[in-house]
Amino acid sequence: MKPRGNILFCGVGGQGILLASEITAAALLATGLDAKKSEVHGMAQRGGSVVAHLRYGEKVYSPLIDPGQADFAVAFETMEAVRYLPFLHRQSKVIVNTHRIAPPAVATGKMVYPADLLAELTGRGITVYPLDGFSIARAAGDIRTANIVLVGALSTFLPVGEDVFLDVLQKKIPRKLEENIAAFKEGRRITA
Amino acid sequence: MTKGSTKNKQWLSGNEAIARGAWEAGVTVASGYPGTPSTEILENLCTYKDVYTEWAPNEKVALEVGLGASFAGARVLVTMKHVGLNVAADPLFTAAYTGVRGGIVIITADDPEMHSSQNEQDNRNYAYAAKLPMLEPSDPAEALELLKKAFEISEEFDTPVLFRTTTRVAHVKGLVARGKRKGGPVPVQIEKMPAKFVMLPGNARVRRRAIAERMTRLAAYVESFAGNRREPGTTKQGFITGGVSYLYVKEAFPEAAVLKIATTWPLPLQMIRDFAGQVEELIVVEELDPFLETHIKASGIACIGKARIPAMGELNPFILKKALGRETGEVFAPVDIPPRPPNMCPGCPHRGLFYSLGKQDVFISGDIGCYTLGFLPPLSAMDSCVCMGASIGVAHGMDKALGEKGRGKTVAVIGDSTFMHSGITGLVNMVYNSSASTVIILDNRITAMTGHQPNPASGSTIMDEPAKAVNLENLCRAIGVNHVRLVNPHDIKECRRVLKEEIERPEPSVIIAQSPCVLLPEERKRRKFPLASIQEKCTGCGTCIRLGCPAINWVPLTAEEAKQLGKKEKQKGFARISIEMCNGCGQCLAVCKFKAIKKAEDIG
Repeated sequence: MKPRGNILFCGVGGQGILLASEITAAALLATGLDAKKSEVHGMAQRGGSVVAHLRYGEKVYSPLIDPGQADFAVAFETMEAVRYLPFLHRQSKVIVNTHRIAPPAVATGKMVYPADLLAELTGRGITVYPLDGFSIARAAGDIRTANIVLVGALSTFLPVGEDVFLDVLQKKIPRKLEENIAAFKEGRRITA
Repeated sequence: MTKGSTKNKQWLSGNEAIARGAWEAGVTVASGYPGTPSTEILENLCTYKDVYTEWAPNEKVALEVGLGASFAGARVLVTMKHVGLNVAADPLFTAAYTGVRGGIVIITADDPEMHSSQNEQDNRNYAYAAKLPMLEPSDPAEALELLKKAFEISEEFDTPVLFRTTTRVAHVKGLVARGKRKGGPVPVQIEKMPAKFVMLPGNARVRRRAIAERMTRLAAYVESFAGNRREPGTTKQGFITGGVSYLYVKEAFPEAAVLKIATTWPLPLQMIRDFAGQVEELIVVEELDPFLETHIKASGIACIGKARIPAMGELNPFILKKALGRETGEVFAPVDIPPRPPNMCPGCPHRGLFYSLGKQDVFISGDIGCYTLGFLPPLSAMDSCVCMGASIGVAHGMDKALGEKGRGKTVAVIGDSTFMHSGITGLVNMVYNSSASTVIILDNRITAMTGHQPNPASGSTIMDEPAKAVNLENLCRAIGVNHVRLVNPHDIKECRRVLKEEIERPEPSVIIAQSPCVLLPEERKRRKFPLASIQEKCTGCGTCIRLGCPAINWVPLTAEEAKQLGKKEKQKGFARISIEMCNGCGQCLAVCKFKAIKKAEDIG
């Protein structure tokens, strides 16, 4: 029986979510697994909430993760980790970039950014790995590698060797490869 | 799946697979209009050699271009989103009569759940209404194979073929097996066939009978079509399904017998009848309308469909399990947190115009594009939005209904690409029938919402070649608009002045708000001078906040905190500009009365 799993990537449009999900998919495919990924383009990309579903296994039919079926979530923003709670289950592992981006209602002072949001996850028994993606990325040499830090943190849970991921990074990232590899390895350390 | 088999396959989206399939099928001409979720098909196809690809100004033109190329013998792909087919419906219905020379396939990319659309019409109904065959793939791999078949069907049966995808086929990635390019069998040359191509009543009556005969032949053909297949399984419940719904059925009921249908129209009724006879309960699973269900029932075959399965929005395995009484796992209820709708980008020129326009006491008739987001608070500067190009007709209609009461009260707002698509005729009508409305063209040089496709006013083509750009000002004057004004939407003061003057004018006028989209590559490269707020000077008046710019954040203060910062106790907060997000458009600088915003470099 080959491994199978569901990964939800979520965040705010423009955060590099699609690249992170592409790298993860490529690594899973390189091990001979089947995969499907679903994205939404268009209206959803103008700074709105963005989500990508990635499913892998011996044979994948549905491109969508069912509610309650995401084994992993990679959240690029704190509030977005909580928005997709209905997709998670009690054994889910959630990697959260602790960065906060105010949605319009908060930015205009109509609502407040809720405090202690991650307790909504941990309170339900979900394992959360909070990390400061931007600080780690900056230390790795380029602040724009925060999405790769998150992929690194996710990678330790997947049935894919580190060498496979490094190979994919080499193929998919044309510039600043060294910084991206450093970011990936730092991410890995957090969940290893 | 073994390692070897994944190795030879390519990880492609449905749209990439369709582009690849078109190329393998020998397509040499392709036309379309951008629209989610169809846009990436032509954006990919234009990268293949030996295919002429273009963006047409609208879907009707795209289909007409497609027909011409087909009449010349070429294999043609025409692409659009579901609502685009409404625009192209006129040539579509008669193309069923003319038939083809070279194969022509029309992609209709539907958007159940309305991720990026104004309605969720089910375009399978067009196949029935226009008497055209329709094929539907379930995933990218099938999309490529089925598209190639569609071209064979088009030529064998002398008919355009509709090819329907949905968001979860178009924007899903999966492994796809690729093949080689093979040319179409029809010689590309002028061949006059007036009895077939000139649809005067005498000819059309003959062709009408040809359609009936064609559909009869197709009905027989689909019974042995390989894309329609019975998959063995338990027969207590048997499923008939197609498109992405097939995948949901396989996921939710992996043990059950399935009849998978790729030919949505005409249906393989004998296959369905046989399958119905083999299962205890026949369940039809389809998104949106009861299309399969209606036609299956009309053939006297009992089945269960929309009585159990939702007729709105997308499906997924979870919804199917629930609908059919199967166990599902625990699902957490959503947490009540602030929503995160899409927003115009920092530095977006539309924001300046809407901020100025929102101050006027007018009905703002909107249109389709990024600027539809002007509807959202805090700008709240849109009062209607129906379809591509509707803004102008709607404003004129209001003006005529209101008469004197409506003078200076109706404004249409439309983007450059939407104006090219279907706004021009509306403006012609305004001039012809002497409207008192004002039309504002938001000219950001590009079709921005769908991801920066050039249009006839942009000055380049999909192939990135230079092109003649339509001069909007000259065009409006040529139509007969006497008052055409150009403004820079970032210049809020000037904007307000021009808006006031033109809105008051009791005759048609056009304001062209010209400033390129900030996300255009050349704009991104331009040196930016981000702004910053000076906290000591900010009085918390909230004026800049009402621009709704993502780069400006409200920082709330308690009375205590305000006092500590040396501010009045009643000051509830202050505005802070995020330098990383700021594009330096200067709109907030223009509206701040307290000189609390400056160029970041001047503050240091």
